[in-house]
This record gives sequence, structure tokens and C-alpha cells, in this order.
Amino acid sequence: MTRGNTVVLLILLAIFAFAVCTLVFPLFDREELRLGLDLQGGIHIVYEADLSEVEPDYRANALEGAKEILNNRVNPLGVTEPLIQIQGSDRILVELPGTSISDKDKERLGRVDILEFAELAAADEEAKWENELGRWKPATGVIDGEEIELTSRYFKTTTYLDRDNLGRLLLAFDWDEVGAQLSEQITGRLIGQQLAIFDGDYALLDDEGIPIAPFVKNVIGDQGGVITGLSYNEADRLSKQLNFGRLPVPLTILYDQTVSPTLGEDFIDMSLKAGIIGIILVMLFMMIYYRLPGVIASLALIFYGALVLAIFKLIPVTLTLAGIGGFILSIGMAVDANVLIFERMKEEFATGRTLGAAIDAGFSRAWTAIRDSNVTTFIVCAILLWLGGSIVESAPVQGFALTLFIGVAVSMFTAIVVTRTLLKLFVGTRLARKTALFSAHQEKQ
Amino acid sequence: MYITGKRSWFLIISEVIILIGIIALLVFGLTPGVEFSSGSILTVSFDEEVEQSELEQAMVELGYTNTIIQRTGGGDFIIRTQELSGEEKTGLEDALSARFGTLTEREFYSVSPMVAAETTNNAIIAVGVAAVGILLYITWAFRRMPKPFHYGICAIIALVHDVVVVLGIFAIFGAIMNWEINLMFITGVLAVIGYSINNTVVVFDRIRENLKRGISTKFEVVVNNSLVETLSRSLNTSFTTMLVVLALLLFVGSTILNFAIVLLIGIIAGTYSSLFIAPNLLVVWDRREWGRLILLPQAKEV
Repeated sequence: MTRGNTVVLLILLAIFAFAVCTLVFPLFDREELRLGLDLQGGIHIVYEADLSEVEPDYRANALEGAKEILNNRVNPLGVTEPLIQIQGSDRILVELPGTSISDKDKERLGRVDILEFAELAAADEEAKWENELGRWKPATGVIDGEEIELTSRYFKTTTYLDRDNLGRLLLAFDWDEVGAQLSEQITGRLIGQQLAIFDGDYALLDDEGIPIAPFVKNVIGDQGGVITGLSYNEADRLSKQLNFGRLPVPLTILYDQTVSPTLGEDFIDMSLKAGIIGIILVMLFMMIYYRLPGVIASLALIFYGALVLAIFKLIPVTLTLAGIGGFILSIGMAVDANVLIFERMKEEFATGRTLGAAIDAGFSRAWTAIRDSNVTTFIVCAILLWLGGSIVESAPVQGFALTLFIGVAVSMFTAIVVTRTLLKLFVGTRLARKTALFSAHQEKQ
Repeated sequence: MYITGKRSWFLIISEVIILIGIIALLVFGLTPGVEFSSGSILTVSFDEEVEQSELEQAMVELGYTNTIIQRTGGGDFIIRTQELSGEEKTGLEDALSARFGTLTEREFYSVSPMVAAETTNNAIIAVGVAAVGILLYITWAFRRMPKPFHYGICAIIALVHDVVVVLGIFAIFGAIMNWEINLMFITGVLAVIGYSINNTVVVFDRIRENLKRGISTKFEVVVNNSLVETLSRSLNTSFTTMLVVLALLLFVGSTILNFAIVLLIGIIAGTYSSLFIAPNLLVVWDRREWGRLILLPQAKEV
């Protein structure tokens, strides 16, 4: 064993110890590997904003405004670490990790007006909503000859919760000028009839799940109104969301992915199994086929696994299912460089070289093949990373590319440095002359 | 072993396979997943035992005629149907749970036509750019060889072979078993491209080295020896990669099933093409014996 080799060995042991510590102990405040939405569960929505009605100069502002409103609507849902981001010129990404919020809450996020008021439609009229109480159409009034639907856009942003004399919960609101006029016309027309409230496509429900559709008792103008019957949570959330106002532009959902946290757990379990079985199979094959070098390659593979996972944790890389697929694939490819080197070593042995010479020749001869073949993999990864970013569902593609890239890069290091250093430990020992251990048949010169 | 001597046969086998692949593609076409055709995927599990046929029947009765249902290993059902709005999805779930008992939504996934079109474009660009990038790199890496361009083109032809085989098999199984082309499929194809080139480069690298050492004046012999020398390495690497892909296939299932299947087919096709197509094509090109591609007898070497 040369001194240089001892130094390299010590450095490698230090790197390995560092990698294991990183994985075992919560270092740098990072306790767990960071998991993507598909593994920890959550919601991923991409909205497209319809900016056609907005002057070109104000589009960026309108989009920014819409992002703020989305942010404010998400906050009352109690999601930890939501991500709301503008993408490109007209898209907004919303990521809500780990939570399961109701479809209704999800749908409400991207709607321009949260609440709409409705009256019963006549038999020959078109209905916008239908439920157990009947067929409903938007309640409208006329201002300056124009028919206008009554919605929560005419609420002042000062709604609040209150209780009436009987202790029932109220959501109180005030109309703005237009709202007051519309409300006066509509309630005046509908005295004794029902006025329903819809939350997008859904009827607004009371705490017993019955649609809220009070009978109009008197004309309501600028004194404002109240909504009764809501559960406390719903009323509180609704009030907060209403007070942030309406979205400046309509949003449509381009892409929607919702994963339940339990499914994510199943994926983690399964990919953990796949990874471990994969590593064991590869190690068995290497040890049976290449014997002593195979054992060393297996040690290098363990080193590889620990180092890659530690890098994932330190960068940190957000692991998606596809990313784990890339990592598992890279385990199979990681031994490639070793296979190249060992095959070369066998050839060198066959020409009668000693172990030390065979190692050096094997490594230096295999190098160009290792370099050129891995560069092509890097090219593919780089393209996936680059183009993956321009598609909406970028997470799986980029996750795969990143983990494969890191995997292949680290595997070059472990195959070349780790395997070589460990193999060199045997140079000059008695084992070095037992060529059977290296599965090589040395021809007598 | 004298592999290059049988080059006509190796090339013909591939040509037949490619032809079958292309015919399958033309006849059946590919079954695009929601990422490329827009639509929704709803994954649900039921507390009680539900038969797939019952669920299919129920979907038809609810008016969802164009629906594909698959059962996962874990007993979940993957329902792929037209693009569902939030309300339509809730309605569907309510109707299904009214019929089959408590239902849990495991995953929901919905893609609009616009995003689908964008994704398709980008996927095509990605495969194209990858091919050009690899061609340039290989031409550069073999720049000191005579005719470096040949190496790049032969590597790309081997790569096209692999992609056509994968696409052809997906076209056939798409028609029989609804195998879909989704984003993981494209990712898998790109991984196969990288992997197949990786193998080809190892063989080419040996040709480069043996040419430098001047082991023979005949290009054909140099190629053959390089091939034989790298054979066990190529097979071993493919084998270890196949082991992990099989582990993925068996344990991870549904979501990255397509990805694992693509890799499995691609690794087999890629190993064949890097060993038997790319190097043999180099020889054919070098000797300009194009007749070999259609099994015409060639003049014997003296």
C-alpha cells in the first residue's frame, strides 16, 4: 500500500462518514429528504389568466394582482408552505403540499367572484344551477339599461362575523353603491320568494348540508345583509376570502393534479423496496461474476448510494416518483464503469501483468469509453432539464433528469476513485497472486 | 466469433423488426395519454370489493362512454376519461359511492387541450434535440478517425432503431391492452436513447483504439475484434441495468409502469442495436456494399 493511496482512502472514508451522518442526523436543519407532491400528496394546479380584456401595459400588474388574491385565498385554508408562482406571461402555478382540501375549496380559489345570488327560474327559462330546491338562474337587476348579475363583487371588503339575538352565527356584509341598487331591485321583486346563494357551481350549504336559500322578507338596499346558517369555519374562511376582493382577471385551470398523501406513502414504500432489491441483485451479480473486484464494486455501490442520497438531501433535490425511478436506474448504470474497468483488467491480467499494473492499465484504458458514454447521458439529461422546464407538468421530467445526472456523475467518481483505491489495497499482498479471485486466467509467459 | 461476417443477416433481422414496427404504428397508431390528448385521470379505491366490469358498466350508465379503467396491483382503480371539472368529478364520485359504497380519491389528474398540445410539441423537440446533440458529440469525439461523421450517423441509426421498436411495441399493445403514451413514456424513451448510445460508444471507442493500434488492415476485422472484446462488458452492463428495471417493474407498478416497460424493451433493443447494427453498418458503409441491406450476395474478398 502506497502512502498516496492511504491518503485517498482516508479522504474517501471521511466522505462516506459525512454522507452517512448527513443521512442519519438532521444536519443543516434538513430533517428529511424533500419529497415532491406526488410522494407527499398535495395539489398542483396551473391556471391560465384571460388577459384579453386588459391593456397590454397593465397585464403584468393584473397577473401580479391575481397572484396576490390567490395567495390570500389560500391562506385561510391553513396549508403549510403553499407555493404560488407566476409562470410565463399568463400563468400562475399553485402548489399546496400535503393537504387534502375539498374540491369546493379548490374550485373557489380560481373563481373571479366567490358568491353569486340566484332566483328560481321559470319553467321555460334556462337554469344555471339545479338542486333539490329547484332550478336557479342568476338574480339580476337593471342599471342604466344594462342587466347586471348580483354577485359578491359588489360586497364592500368589510365583511365580518357576528351573532344575532338567538346566538346564531351571521356573516354580515355591506353592499357598495351598485350592489345596493341591484339588491333593492331584486329583493323588491322577490318578496316572499327564495333568494339562493351559490358558491361557483355549488350551492352554499349551511352547517347541516342544506342549501342556503332564505325567503326574502323585506327590501334590502344600502343597509347591507347577512347570511345565516354557515358553520363557523366556513363563515370565517369565507369572510376572509371575501375581504380580499375579487380576482382582477378570470382564471381557467390548465392542469390539475391532486394526490392523496396515502398514495404517496405507498409509492415511497414500493420504491424503497425496488431500490433495495435492485441494489442487492446488482451486488450479487457483480460478486458472482467478478469475485473479489465484484465485492469491491459492491462496496463502491454502497458508497455510491449513501453519497447520492446525501447529495439529494444537501442540495436539496425534490424527489418525485420519476426522480426515484432515475435514481434506481442509475444504480444499474453505476456499475457500468466498474464493468468496463474490470473487463479491461482481465484482459491485462491475461497478458501476464501483475495486479498493480493491470489495475493501472485497466483504469486508464477504460477511461475514454467511460467519458464518452457518460457524456451522451449528460447530454440527454441536460435536454430534459432544459425542455422539461418549458412544459407544464415539469416535475416528473426534470426530477428524473436531475437524479439521473447526479447519479451518473457520482457513479463516475465512485467507480474510478473508490474502486481503484480499494483494489490497490491488495497490491503486493498474497491475495494479488491468486488470480482466481479476480476471475482471470493468467497465461504463463 | 465472426459477427461482422454475418452482417447482412443482423441488418436484415433489424429491418424486418423495424418494418413490423412501422406497420404497427401506421395500422394501430399510438394511444396518447391525457398529457398529450387532454382529459382526466381519477384514481379511486373502494372499501368494499368491486369488480372492474361492474365499474365499467356503472361508468357507461353514468354517461361516461369513452372511459378506460385499469386496476392497479394495490386494488385501486384508475379511471381515465374526458376532462372533468371540479363539479363533474364530485358528481361522479358521489354517484359511484352511492353504488359501490365508500370511495377514497387517491389521485386526480386533469390536463387541458392547450397544455396537451404544448407537451406534445416539447416532447418531439426534446427527442429531436437529443438526437442532434448526440450526433454532434460523437462526430466530435471521433474527429481524429477517418470519416468521423459515419460514427455519428451509425449511432443515430441504431438509436432510431431502438425508438421505432419501442414505439412499435407500444402501438401493438396500445391496440390490445391500452398501453398509453404518457410523459413518463417520453422520459423513458430519452433514457433509452442515452443508454443505447452509451453502449454504442463503448464499442466505437474500442474500434477507435484498435484502429490506432493497427491490429489489422481490414476495417471489417478491426470492427469484429472490437465487438468481441467488448461483448461481455456490454451484456453485463445491460444485465445489471435490467435487474434494477425489473425491480422497478415488480415493485413500483402503475404510475411508472410505462417508464419501466419502455426501459425494458429499450435496453433489449439498445443492446442489440449497439452490438449488431451500429458496428455492422459502419462496415457496410465503409465498403459501400449497400446491396447487403437487401441481402444481395456480395463479391467475396480476396
